Amino acid sequence: MMNASEGANEYVKSLTPLASKYAAEIEAILAKYPPEERRSAVMPLLHLAQRERMYVDRETMGEIGEILGISSTEVASIVGFYTLYYDKPGGKYHVQVCTDLPCALRGADKFLQELCERLGISPGETTEDGLVTVEEVMCLAACDKAPMFQVHSGQGLSYHETQTVENALKLIDELRTMAKRGPGHYESAE
Amino acid sequence: MSDIKREPPTEYILLRHHEIANIDRLDIYRKHGGFDAFQQTVTNMQPDEVTTEVKISGLRGRGGAGFPTGLKWSFVDQHNWPHYVVANADESEPGTFKDREIMEMNPLQFLEGVAICAYAIQAKTAYVYLRGEFWDIAESLDRHISELEAAGLLGENLFGTLYSLRIITHLGAGAYICGEETALLESMEGKLGQPRMRPPFPPSYGLYGKPTVVNNVETLTNLPSIITHGGEWYSKIGTEKSTGNKVFSLSGHVERPGNYELPLGTTFRELIFEQGGGIPNGRGIKAIMPAGASSSLIVATEEALDTPMDYESVPNLGAELGSASVIVVDDSVSIPWLINKTIHFFKHESCGKCTPCREGNYWMVHLTERIDSGQASAEDVELLRDVAEQIKGKCLCALGEFSIEAVLSGIERFPADFNQTVAD
Repeated sequence: MMNASEGANEYVKSLTPLASKYAAEIEAILAKYPPEERRSAVMPLLHLAQRERMYVDRETMGEIGEILGISSTEVASIVGFYTLYYDKPGGKYHVQVCTDLPCALRGADKFLQELCERLGISPGETTEDGLVTVEEVMCLAACDKAPMFQVHSGQGLSYHETQTVENALKLIDELRTMAKRGPGHYESAE
Repeated sequence: MSDIKREPPTEYILLRHHEIANIDRLDIYRKHGGFDAFQQTVTNMQPDEVTTEVKISGLRGRGGAGFPTGLKWSFVDQHNWPHYVVANADESEPGTFKDREIMEMNPLQFLEGVAICAYAIQAKTAYVYLRGEFWDIAESLDRHISELEAAGLLGENLFGTLYSLRIITHLGAGAYICGEETALLESMEGKLGQPRMRPPFPPSYGLYGKPTVVNNVETLTNLPSIITHGGEWYSKIGTEKSTGNKVFSLSGHVERPGNYELPLGTTFRELIFEQGGGIPNGRGIKAIMPAGASSSLIVATEEALDTPMDYESVPNLGAELGSASVIVVDDSVSIPWLINKTIHFFKHESCGKCTPCREGNYWMVHLTERIDSGQASAEDVELLRDVAEQIKGKCLCALGEFSIEAVLSGIERFPADFNQTVAD
């Protein structure tokens, strides 16, 4: 285990595959926190790890644990606790519809139900092509513009507000086209 | 954000993007006095003078608790260093969407507020803890911070003094509980977001065990104008004990949902009917939740509608102002359905640390589902009340305590709704 922050760079580079691929990003993340409090970097490192495959496997959890000097079990507990981390592969894009009270008062439950019916799946399931998972999520701080959802891919999160089912289906078609076109954009899980 | 045209009842203090286009650009913000207040504090004021000015303003925490901001700062332990500021940008209460608008539209004023707070408690590092979903906002704040560093408004030896400050963003990952300040600190430390036993409170034992001030985004965004115009000026806005403007997030059954910046003490009627345009589809108003899902249900009587929205008056209706996230419910809504929605949220967001909250919300979801579907017996309503009563006063943090507000007030104040859904 490395203690000195200046040693972290060499150490990080010796690791694979996350650390070798994102050495500069990892260094920048670690620089945000006091050297003796490196554990704080666990959440940004998990966001980084999800960038390509939208989930974190046990091997990567172990690697993050090594960078931070904590066990892979502790990293796994963080993955389990926070809803934006996944430990299993799902769709490349997660379409996450808020159905909390203020959104529900403006038709979010009906919106989710119809969207799923049109896609031929139930909430929580992934479309046959493996690209789109539709999920019901908790409040996204956009209560005045319901129905709304966010699209979560490893690359980022985008809000889509004041939606209709037709709009949403159009966007999902665009996401599918993008995913199939992008070189190396959609890698198989293993 | 909002495209509603209206006359502001008073000068905007927070949502100034309604008056000044492109206020998120540094040159425009500077042209309108941006960072003059921070420069003045660093070059002309002692740290405790800043705290005194904030105490005079009467500013109270806008995250929900309404605790006096200057008083909180004065609790910071001066014998333990370094100090930290953590801005709470974990906005996740159903019905609340004000901090998001502030950070998207008027981000520089928010960052200036963070800087003023940091100077007042002599912190050299301030973190902004954003909920994970605010990924784009974090990236945009990072760009603004770099720009401020390049302009010499953040960084080393500011304005030729010995004072230095770094502001750093930190993204959460989807956990409502992290809005609770000690859970937020645990999460920042790379642990599960679970509340700490208090005392000690963060001003004596906070981030990494160091004295820390945790303030909400809206609270911090008030600071530049308090320094510029003085605490005395601010204290004259609003009511005597609830000073200043507040951003009210209006949602649910209203014609024009959105954020409205109004003086504290504005009535529910003005917000819902004059600003928000009233109830759509010719429906009547049935209930109001003034503090999001954490709120008690207020029966929307004429008297309730004429009640001023401030920290002292709302409790007269058996509720709290909290974060001022006003959810409006029309007369088509069944209260058992509504309660099931709020409990479903709290069950999902309970961190699991305290048994009454973790298990109680689990069972309340089952009971409210049964009641809502019309398959319950009268005993089930009593059981629901009993479970809620057993959660009361037995949790480490407000999440557990607030989860029962809608349940108990709903059963008590809307008995007819429960009689209808209970099978004979």
